[in-house]
Amino acid sequence: MTLPVDVSREKPERLVARAFANRSFVIGFVIAVSVVAMALLSFFWTPFDVTKLVIADKTQAPSLTHWFGTDHFGRDILSMVMVGARNSIAVALVAVGIGMGIGVPLGCLAAARGGWLDEIVMRLNDLVFAFPALLSAIMITAIFGPGAVNAIIAIGIFNIPVFARVSRAGALAIWPREYILAARAAGKNRTLITLEHVLPNIATLLLVQGTIQFALGILAEASLSYVGLGSQPPMPSWGRMLFEAQTRMAIAPWMAIFPGMAIVVTVLGLNLLGDGIADILDPKSRRRS
Amino acid sequence: MTAYLLKRIAIAIATLVLASLVVFAVLEIVPGDPARLMLGMNASAEQVEQLRTQMGLNDPLLLRYLHWAGDLLTLDLGRSLTYSVPVLDLVRERVAVSLPLALIALALSAVIAIPVGLYSASRRGHAGDTLAMGAAQIGVAIPNFWFALMLIYLFAVWLRLVPAGGFPGWGNGIWPALKSLLLPAVALALPQAAILARVTRSALIDVLNEDYIRTARAKGLPYRAVLWQHALRNAMIPVLTILGLQFAFLLAGTIIIENVFYLPGLGRLVFQAITQRDLIVVESVVMLLVAAVIAVNLIVDLSYAIVDPRLRGRE
Repeated sequence: MTLPVDVSREKPERLVARAFANRSFVIGFVIAVSVVAMALLSFFWTPFDVTKLVIADKTQAPSLTHWFGTDHFGRDILSMVMVGARNSIAVALVAVGIGMGIGVPLGCLAAARGGWLDEIVMRLNDLVFAFPALLSAIMITAIFGPGAVNAIIAIGIFNIPVFARVSRAGALAIWPREYILAARAAGKNRTLITLEHVLPNIATLLLVQGTIQFALGILAEASLSYVGLGSQPPMPSWGRMLFEAQTRMAIAPWMAIFPGMAIVVTVLGLNLLGDGIADILDPKSRRRS
Repeated sequence: MTAYLLKRIAIAIATLVLASLVVFAVLEIVPGDPARLMLGMNASAEQVEQLRTQMGLNDPLLLRYLHWAGDLLTLDLGRSLTYSVPVLDLVRERVAVSLPLALIALALSAVIAIPVGLYSASRRGHAGDTLAMGAAQIGVAIPNFWFALMLIYLFAVWLRLVPAGGFPGWGNGIWPALKSLLLPAVALALPQAAILARVTRSALIDVLNEDYIRTARAKGLPYRAVLWQHALRNAMIPVLTILGLQFAFLLAGTIIIENVFYLPGLGRLVFQAITQRDLIVVESVVMLLVAAVIAVNLIVDLSYAIVDPRLRGRE
C-alpha cells in the first residue's frame, strides 16, 4: 500500500500544472467529460427520437444521416448510445455512492478502534468477497425484480467492502503519524481525528478507487442489462442494445459494434483518469511509469 | 508456519459457514412456497400443509438450517423442480463444461499476461512497453461479453472457423468439444490477461528496484537470470493474488459468457434456475461456486507460504 501524500502542502497551481502534464490524466479527463457532456446533451437534443420506431429505416448501415446506423426498429444507434450513457453513468455513480457512504465509515471505524471490531469488519469483507459479485448481482436483481434501482443496489453492495478495505488500509497508515499523536495529545477524540486528519489524507486513495469502481460499475451494469436484469425497455441501455444486437450480428454488426465501443471508451477514459490522479497525487508511483 | 496455515483454514471455514447462513437467509425471504410449487396451484391447503410437514418446512429455523447444511455436506442436494432430476447429476454434468472453460481461460490469461508483464517490466519506458501497456489498458476496458460477440462475428460468422455457440458434449470426441470452448475461453481470458499483465509488470518493477537485484547484477549474474530467478519469484505474490481473484471472476464470468455461446455450463444453469425460480438448483450452485472461491483463495494464501519463505517463519 502506498502512503498517501499530504496534498494540502502543495500549491494548487503546481498541482494543476502537473495534472496537465500527465498524459493519462488529460486523455481520461477529456473522455470522461465528453461522455458526461453527451449524456447531459441527450436530455435536450439527440439526432433522432429514440422512442419513435421507423420500421422503414430498420437495420440501416452507418451513413451520413445515421452515423452509427439504425437498429431493427429503425431507431438511430447514435441517439440510443447518447441516451444510454445517462443510464450507465447514473447506475454506476449511485453504486459508487453507496459503496463509499457505507464502506468508508466502516473502514475508518475498523482502523480507529481496532480489536474485535476491526476483526468483524474484515471478516464481513471476506464474506462479501466470497460471493462472485456478478452472480450475487444476478441473484439480487432476479429475486427483487429486474430494473435500474435493483441493479444499483446489487452493484453498490459489492462496492462496500472495496471501500472499507481501501479506507481501512489508508487510515491504518495514517494513525501512527506524529500529527495524529499531537492531535490526541491535544485532547481530540477518535471521531474528530478521523474527520479532521485521517479522511483528508485518504481522500486521494478514495478518489482513485472511486474512479476504478465507477468504471467497474459501468461494466457490471452493462452485464446485467445484457442478461435482461438491468434497466428495462424502452429506456435504451448499452448492455441491452448489445443483447438485441446478438441475434442480428450477421445482418447488422453495427448494432453491436457501437454500443460496445461506447462502453470500452468510457471505461478506458475512467481508468486512465484514475491512473492519472494516482500519478499526480502520489509521487511514489511516478517512479513506476 | 503451522499457526499461519491453521488461521487461514479457520477463516476459510468460518467464511463458508457465514456464506451458507446468508444463502439460507436469502432463500428464506424469497417469496414462494416450495411445497406449493411442487404440488401446483390446484392442490388443497391440507395437501400443501402435509407436504410442508413432510419436507420439514414447519420445523424451527435453526433445525431447518442444520438439516439443510447437513444435506449440502453429504451432497444430498435434492431434485431440481424444473428438470426433475437430482441436482447433483445436473451439477456434475454442467461442471464438466464450466470447469474446463474456466481453467483454459485462467491458463490462457497467465500464459499471455506473465510474459507480457516480464517484457514490459524489463523494457520499461521503451516503445514496446508503452504499446503493450496501452493494449492492456484497452483490454481492461473491454466487457468480455462484447468481446465474445466480436469474436463470434469474426471467427464464426465471417471466417466460419469455429461454431458460433453450443456444445457437442465430451462424448463426441475431445477435439470438437475443445473447439467449441475455444472462443468462450479467449473471450473470458483476454480482459483478465490485460489486468494480470499490468499487475505482473508493476510487481516486477517494484522488485527490480530492490537492493538484492542490484547485488545479483553486481556479482555478475546476467540480466536474464536475475529477471527469471530473482525478480519473477519475488513478484509472484501479487500475481498469485490476482490469479486467485480472477478465478472468482472467471466463474462468475461464465454466467454471462455461457449465455452468449449457449454453453450448457454451471453459469447458464444457475442463470436459468434463478429466472425460473428453481431455488433448489440455485442454492446448490451458489454454494458450490462460493465454496470454490473460498477454496481457491485458501490455496492462494497457502501458496504464499511456498513462494515466500519469510512467511514460513512468521507467527
